Amino acid sequence: MIAPLDILKKKRSEALDRIHSKEYLSVKRVHVGMATCEIAAGSKEVMDIFLQAAKSGLTDVCVSQKGCAGRCNFEPTVEIMEDGKVPVKYCKVTPEMAKQIVERHLKKGEVIGEWADNGKLKHPEKERFEEGHLCGKFFQVFGDVDFFSKQMRIVLRNCGIIDPENIDDYLSVRGYEALAKVLTDIPPVQVIDTVKKSGLRGRGGAGFPTGIKWELTARQQSEEKFIICNADEGDPGAFMDRSTIEGDPHTVIEGMAIGGYAIGSHRGIIYIRAEYPLAVKRLEKAIADAKSAGFLGENILGSDFSFDIEIRLGAGAFVCGEETALIHSIEGHRGMPRPRPPFPSVQGLFDKPTLINNVETWANIPVVIIHGADWFNSIGTQKSKGTKVFALAGKITNTGLVEVPMGTTLREIVYDIGAGIPGNKKFKAIQTGGPSGGCLSEEYLDTPIDYDSLAKAGSIMGSGGMIVIDEDSCMVNVARFFLEFTQNESCGKCAPCREGTKRMLEILTRITEGKGEEGDIEKLERLGTMIKKASLCGLGQSAPNPVLSTIKNFRAEYEEHIKDKKCRAHFCPSLLEYTVTDKCVGCGVCKKACPAGAITGVLKNKHEIDKNKCVKCAACYKACKFNAIARV
Amino acid sequence: MPKKIKIYIDNRPYEIEDGQTIMQAADKLGYHIPRLCYHPKLSIEGACRVCIVQVEGMKNYVASCAYPVADGMKILTHTKELRTARRDIVELILDNHPEDCHTCERDGICELQRLAYAMGLRHRHFEGERKCYAKDLSSESVIRDPNKCILCGRCVRICSEIQKVNNLGYAYRGFKTVVIPAYDMPFSESVCTACGQCINVCPTAAFVEKNHTQELFEKLQDDNLVKIVQFAPSVRAAIGEAFGFEPGVSKEKETVAALRRLGFDYVFDTQFCADLTIMEEASEFLERLKGKGKLPMITSCSSAWMKCMEQFYPDLIDNISTCKSPMSMMGALLKTYFAGKIKTEPKKILSVAVMCCTAKKYEAARPELRVNGMPAVDIVVTTRELAWMIKSGGVDFINIKGEDFDKPLGLSSGGGAIFGATGGVMEAAIRTAYELYTGEPLMEIEINELRGLKGIKEGLINLDGAQVRVAVAHGLGNANALLEIVRKDPGRYHFIEIMGCPGGCIGGGGQPYAGLNSIPLDEDTLKKRAQALYDIDRHKTIRRAHNNPDIRRLYKEFLGKPLGDKSHELLHTHYKVKFPRGIIPQELTAR
Repeated sequence: MIAPLDILKKKRSEALDRIHSKEYLSVKRVHVGMATCEIAAGSKEVMDIFLQAAKSGLTDVCVSQKGCAGRCNFEPTVEIMEDGKVPVKYCKVTPEMAKQIVERHLKKGEVIGEWADNGKLKHPEKERFEEGHLCGKFFQVFGDVDFFSKQMRIVLRNCGIIDPENIDDYLSVRGYEALAKVLTDIPPVQVIDTVKKSGLRGRGGAGFPTGIKWELTARQQSEEKFIICNADEGDPGAFMDRSTIEGDPHTVIEGMAIGGYAIGSHRGIIYIRAEYPLAVKRLEKAIADAKSAGFLGENILGSDFSFDIEIRLGAGAFVCGEETALIHSIEGHRGMPRPRPPFPSVQGLFDKPTLINNVETWANIPVVIIHGADWFNSIGTQKSKGTKVFALAGKITNTGLVEVPMGTTLREIVYDIGAGIPGNKKFKAIQTGGPSGGCLSEEYLDTPIDYDSLAKAGSIMGSGGMIVIDEDSCMVNVARFFLEFTQNESCGKCAPCREGTKRMLEILTRITEGKGEEGDIEKLERLGTMIKKASLCGLGQSAPNPVLSTIKNFRAEYEEHIKDKKCRAHFCPSLLEYTVTDKCVGCGVCKKACPAGAITGVLKNKHEIDKNKCVKCAACYKACKFNAIARV
Repeated sequence: MPKKIKIYIDNRPYEIEDGQTIMQAADKLGYHIPRLCYHPKLSIEGACRVCIVQVEGMKNYVASCAYPVADGMKILTHTKELRTARRDIVELILDNHPEDCHTCERDGICELQRLAYAMGLRHRHFEGERKCYAKDLSSESVIRDPNKCILCGRCVRICSEIQKVNNLGYAYRGFKTVVIPAYDMPFSESVCTACGQCINVCPTAAFVEKNHTQELFEKLQDDNLVKIVQFAPSVRAAIGEAFGFEPGVSKEKETVAALRRLGFDYVFDTQFCADLTIMEEASEFLERLKGKGKLPMITSCSSAWMKCMEQFYPDLIDNISTCKSPMSMMGALLKTYFAGKIKTEPKKILSVAVMCCTAKKYEAARPELRVNGMPAVDIVVTTRELAWMIKSGGVDFINIKGEDFDKPLGLSSGGGAIFGATGGVMEAAIRTAYELYTGEPLMEIEINELRGLKGIKEGLINLDGAQVRVAVAHGLGNANALLEIVRKDPGRYHFIEIMGCPGGCIGGGGQPYAGLNSIPLDEDTLKKRAQALYDIDRHKTIRRAHNNPDIRRLYKEFLGKPLGDKSHELLHTHYKVKFPRGIIPQELTAR
């Protein structure tokens, strides 16, 4: 019998031959970012222009797609590489720019200086076969030093580098090597041991040690067991899982297959939201490719291990990210959580032992196997190992997808990777963990990112949403926004979450409307604490977090809203007052703009606003050309 | 033998058996952790969070109904923190519930009310918006009022787990969550079988029967009508509970007396027609046994089962006995035979039935059961409704002196009485069929294999050497299990009794609500009600339907013989396939 690893080596060299047969390393290679985010930014049109050009005569150009490298604010991106020459990256490429790039760069070899982000290394293609890309070094070839230098890319190691729809590309970066390795000579117990020793914890939010979960499931005696990949990414503003799948679907498949081998399961299910059509499409293709290449299906790589994966689409309920609700949903029931125990590892899908991990956790597995537990264990903090992917958004210069080693501080992410807050605004808060997380104030900026430190600070790691908030945002309203989301997404099963979050939302709403009462903060705290401790599932148990953490860190803002009826961020419309200052030249524009007839005044004389009539719509404020309307 | 473990509840050590939940353990140790969504017969929902306790080492509270005990576990059930949390949870539930206790049907017998009282809810902290939905008044039997629903899920669970009808489910999310039938169809068009078990288990008045008491009170004042009432065996076995009597005390004669006080001219016994049903059904069975008709024959007295059968088991229509239910037989006789006897126009007869059942309201409205264009039964009220009427009508049920039924439709055999308990119809039918077939009376007339609350019961009867295999199922879920066996192995049984409700009619959807110290559908209560009926049977001199002299007279004077022409016209019916919306016909597979 030929060892799986040898079969893999053969397959890989065939893949490389196929890549090289396109004279890959000797032509101009154009990589266009084609993740959902990039397509939304217009990369499809850009791609078409390059493809058209390649078809009509540019024979020395090879155009391919790739996933998202995480630089959201620079999309669409186009990279042009030529062996022996400095790689060039063009950002925010429009179709017009693409045409010029074809004409000037591809045809005449002229790098368009004003658009180009010049790289430093000359042999990026060679780089990608090395392990160096795990440190984000690969991207520094394009000069994105600040953004990438503090990153370490394990999960996203291939995102933005390989063509996600080409299994040859995945094979060329040691793809399926981990699977072949375990099938060749690592017994399941040892695989679990490696995962345990690595210190990997669940990346879905709660941070349960992955190896222990595997061990629990492996220990169950059952004819049938299931592997589930939780790709029901539902946090507003989070896109880590989508980008991972869109950029590197095979890594998830490989991770799941390894998991199946370790716990003795032959069936995997990827539960992914239907709102991710491109991710679904790429997964489908990846599964089909992996099957025909023999990485899935019967007797994988000549071994006696068989494993298959199917996709189930979620209907977009946030609560279906909760594992028991997810299981109900796959079973065809309404996605509602149930009390645990029994845990899914004992009694899960169709009452069979089930191992559920999320996308990011699965994507870590191949790397852990290839590089070993010790290597992985050396990254991160004492209790949180490896890296974490965050979707950096909000009031931040570099929005995007970042992956940092555990222990990186929030400050490093905001100021070094994210390049601070645009428009000279003051930092106010950082929200981690999405609607289940909390808002941390400036004093927490030096908190190292790991499960326990964030929890101690009053937030959570969550699945990886990270929103930066500046002085223009009202913290009461931020809390209200997140609570409104969780209230709408509560499954309605347990009373504290269903009814309690509604009451909290009502209190928050009245505070922002200037109708807050003495004792409202205490009521919020009383309800919030109870809901956290009494709710059935993680959704309810974490729903009050945004409120409780903002009360803890920004209590003064709440008090101002309630007692002084003031919103310091000038955000809550009901709490604003509009007055005309001495800058008024008496032009009368405000008077015309006012829908309520609240402004009086004679032409060329200072106007007045009748506060009793003012509806606080800000029409005058926007209309005044002399900044003569003051908003307090 | 489960292993013994040690736990601490409120710092007291206890040695208990492993493998149970905290709540189960606490219940046995003299604690009563407050609860709401929990029901021992249903799956664990863990939704209301009222039964939370603190467990040492756990960050959050745990729901004691769902959480298993473990050795050394330290449980706190009653700390200040827990009391506040429970109080707040109950307030949150109450804050989204109409404040109309005084005008609510369940005032004084509402689990939410009791719970709020026990939690010491004396003022409100968190009041706000309340849900606002339209009531669903479409059904003949069951009224759904989502405003009163507290989403404990008991109805959803009983409908799917015990009854396997799956008519109810949750829709929408968050504060807008509501329990509705598929596609939010009106109940009348849904697959609801009208069994009323949702009413039985509902802790509030989110489900109640369609109330006909006002209409009945009005009609009772009408001097142009001859007011005739019948009541079912199970009514007498349970009505006392509504007046604070212990379960299992028969109030037959008191009920007769009370009905006369309410203004009825004649009080007849549905048990009389149970005897008549036995005559017809036993005869029909013997015909089928001789090869004239399909076997197994399946009983048809339960109206919820009939609707269920038409929807879900249309392939078994030919197996269903064509006999009408005792109630409808009585109605048919009242407007023909009895109208002739008292020389009254049938349309002047007000035919009223007091039933333990909500589905009987639906049955009474079935067009195919009309007699000469008139409904056989004009008004059906449940045991609960009658109890209320007695209270409202100023009748002293506690001290009233019992009276006897009127004749000629009031005398019954013991066989008729046991109709109300699961297995009773079969037992009574065997008593008669045996004698009709063999010509000799059956000596061992109490058939213990067919008694009790086992889901599916089987028996073997020797009819002169012919082995007749019978089976009994109660509750539509058990019926489902039994009929799946029949579908696979049609020759396995000859005769099957199916009752729609758990325990048979004694557990019907119209029976009194659980009292202070009980829970809905409590097994002990059901057993006691059944025992009341078995006691009635045992105390009767006539225990076989065919020995009822008034039945014999009825055949002699009016009907002729069982399965005769007159019987066919008045006592038998037919059933049709129903495909309510939302149900995919079996031959179509879902995409």
